[in-house]
Amino acid sequence: MRVKSMKKSKQSDVAQKIVSIAENDVYLKIKKKKAPELNMPLRALSNVKYDPKEGFFELLGKMKERTLTASTIKTFAQTLRMMAHAKGIIESDDITTKREMYYISKNWAEAAFTEQPESDTVMDDMEAMMMVNREQLGFIPEEKGGEIAGKLIVIDRDPDTGKEIRIDCTKFGSGAYSIPITVEHLKFETNAKFILAIETAGMFQRLLKHNYWKKANCILASMGGVPTRACRRFLRRLSDDKKLPVYVFADGDPYAYFNIYRTLKVGSGNAAHINEYFCVPEAKFLGVTPQDIIDYKLPSHPLKDIDIKRGKDAIKNDPFVRHYKEWQKAINQMMQMKVRAEQQALAKWGLNYVMDEYLPKKLNKPDTWLP
Amino acid sequence: MAEETPIALELAKRQREISIASFFEKNRHLLGFDNPRKALLTSIKEAVDNSLDACEEGSFLPEVSVEVIDMQNDRFKVIIEDNGPGIVKKQIPNIFAKLLYGSKFFKLSQSRGQQGIGISASVLYAQLTTGKPARITSKIGKKYPAHYYELHIDTQKNSPEIIKEEVIEWNKEHGTRIELDLEGSYQKGDQSIDQYLKQTAIVNPHVTIIYTNPKAEQIIFPRATEVMPRKPVEIKPHPHGVEIGRLLSMLKFTESRTLQSFLTSEFSRVGPGTAKQICGNAALLPNTKPVDITREMAEKLVQGIEKTKIIAPPTDCISPIGEDLLEKGLRKEINAEFYCAVTRPPEVYRGNPFIVEAGLAYGGQQSAEEGTRLLRYANRVPLLYQQGACAVTRSVINTAWRNYGLSQSKGALPIGPVTLVVHIASVWVPFTSESKEAIAHYPEIIKEIKLALQECGRKLASYVNKKRKIQYESKKRDYIQMFIPHIGEALKELINLKENEEKTVEKLLAEILEKKRGKLEQIEAENMEYDEDFAKIGKTEYEEEENEGEEHEKE
Repeated sequence: MRVKSMKKSKQSDVAQKIVSIAENDVYLKIKKKKAPELNMPLRALSNVKYDPKEGFFELLGKMKERTLTASTIKTFAQTLRMMAHAKGIIESDDITTKREMYYISKNWAEAAFTEQPESDTVMDDMEAMMMVNREQLGFIPEEKGGEIAGKLIVIDRDPDTGKEIRIDCTKFGSGAYSIPITVEHLKFETNAKFILAIETAGMFQRLLKHNYWKKANCILASMGGVPTRACRRFLRRLSDDKKLPVYVFADGDPYAYFNIYRTLKVGSGNAAHINEYFCVPEAKFLGVTPQDIIDYKLPSHPLKDIDIKRGKDAIKNDPFVRHYKEWQKAINQMMQMKVRAEQQALAKWGLNYVMDEYLPKKLNKPDTWLP
Repeated sequence: MAEETPIALELAKRQREISIASFFEKNRHLLGFDNPRKALLTSIKEAVDNSLDACEEGSFLPEVSVEVIDMQNDRFKVIIEDNGPGIVKKQIPNIFAKLLYGSKFFKLSQSRGQQGIGISASVLYAQLTTGKPARITSKIGKKYPAHYYELHIDTQKNSPEIIKEEVIEWNKEHGTRIELDLEGSYQKGDQSIDQYLKQTAIVNPHVTIIYTNPKAEQIIFPRATEVMPRKPVEIKPHPHGVEIGRLLSMLKFTESRTLQSFLTSEFSRVGPGTAKQICGNAALLPNTKPVDITREMAEKLVQGIEKTKIIAPPTDCISPIGEDLLEKGLRKEINAEFYCAVTRPPEVYRGNPFIVEAGLAYGGQQSAEEGTRLLRYANRVPLLYQQGACAVTRSVINTAWRNYGLSQSKGALPIGPVTLVVHIASVWVPFTSESKEAIAHYPEIIKEIKLALQECGRKLASYVNKKRKIQYESKKRDYIQMFIPHIGEALKELINLKENEEKTVEKLLAEILEKKRGKLEQIEAENMEYDEDFAKIGKTEYEEEENEGEEHEKE
């Protein structure tokens, strides 16, 4: 796998790109009395392919069009207005959070967004249309990036002086290092053997409490559910830079498999335009696998309807699952067992069972992992 | 003592023939004289119907004058005068003062009057309520004198009683005038004289009516066309559906000498071959003398007729109003947004040919919450009473209007901004009673009315759908247009457009939109033929009366 550093176009170039779209696709078309159109890649699982050589979900050619039709005019106008706003903040070297963008739209009368997800969607579409990421457009997310503890030194810069700051992730005690929103400038030093990416903050805390990273010589990362873009990018850069394997330790249910793990490893349909940079193709799924539920006699819960639906959808529509027989087998096994288990269910065998028994055993048996 | 004399002898003294006139004296409601209001209308209606029939028979474009004078104490003088062919002197007393005397009962031809009861019943009613004789004037031509009669009806004998007769000067080439004094009550509204005359004018566009109401206001309904309706052809009855009673009376009065010639000469569509077939099927000899045919043989004859295939009766004997005139009439009366009318092909019930026509006016100023307004006509005469008992009403109720976008509860007229018109033209319209207010429920007739209504309904539905589509499209356009200024605004910020360039962008976008979506179809809703004053005629004047009341209070 080639180590790719994200293309970082200059901000002024991005502004120029915005203007050029507005001019060529909209203004000049109107002048020629043709309906203006904004075309952008369709961001959906149905428009991605998975090639393990590339390692991430790549966009196929399907596009969506916004123009003067009743169903697209509103988003067409909103996209243009948001482009105008982005141009403004780039030129004044400012930023706008996703939530702020939603509130700014309240000035647009009937073109205002009703809910923030609408404005987030238009923002994502803008990224996809221009093939840049939102930070380049001056937009930043609210979400935190995840937490890190263990054998890692992060080299950051002081925002004022630009001086290097060395952050030792072993020195946070019972706390942890918080991944910043942008990670492109960070450098790393480590002698850890692997990164353990953990779904829940609870499990992260347990492992932290007993300095598991010391024992296993690793870096612990808390994803807190579906990993944010910053978290994915951080893990990717760290893993690429230091040639560290990434093992994912999550709940044993379809959500953990296909929303958390799959997004971390290959990206998502929704963010297909930026998957290339925001995924960790080398990640492996350590557990909890359906077989673990049996092998470790884990307490389980019946699958919910939504779990069953997710499982079926994955087998049918997810290019990643369709590529890996192991995953098909695992999800079919789960559907037959009709149960799911949380990673903290291991506590049934004692609070330290996870550190003393489960993780060491699993780490030693790569054949019990899932790809 | 009483035991020795059988009671029957006693009873026999009181048993005697009842004259038709005495019968109706007691049963005047059967003829439409139930109450003073209706009686006034019926009297006028009978006279006007007669006048129109006479004019058309004489091929004169009808001009009828109707005058109603309030004589106080619930008494009215009504004067109806026409420009018809007039009546020969000898017949005047019988026509006006003998019930069941007339020219129309024995022939099968589309006309307003049928039985020969109507006008003499009016005369009788006038006589019963005021005691005054009917005054008749009639003249049959320029060179002929005008005859004036004052007539009573001898109710015992059902025969005219001439009070006065003389020859008078009448400044008119030909025509008939009748003057009656009677008890009545005058009110406007749906069942008023005004309404009846207006509706008559709507379906008889060749007629001029000059009407003076009891308030001494004159309303003229001028003719809209100089073209007379096609003159209905008189036909003989069709054997199918003829009933035994009618057959017996026809056998009695025929001039034919054999059964075969009776069948060929008294019925339509029967030639010698068919006649022989009928006789064969009835097991009767074709040369049987009609006078010798007994009731039993007549019954066999009816059965024989039923078994024989006979061509359907001719249908050129009926003269419908026509789709165009029906729609025109609706346009004049109702300010709606959509009109349509349908004339069905002729059909036959009980051997009588008939044609159903229907028209519909939708939307506009009509209320959407009220029940559908239904206008019924038979042989161009408006039917104002007994809507509930009429086959037309039944047919409207039995039609599934929900399919055509109107709401309708089970067993009720549809609800919606709709006026329906149904006209039945036939050589013999089957009324439920002699007062000719409702049409009998013959399945063939109901079926035809329904077919006509369904055809109108389909046209309505396609109009409503089209309108809905256009509304939807126009809503979509408005929606899209709403965002055009935002595009202008965004472009202004994005590529530093000047104010006027921004305006140009918005203008061009509006043009592009128009070009892309095609021209928005307009629905022609304006009705040039609507006549507000005309529409008001015959409507109840509640508002006016209320206002007057208020003013009185102030004083």
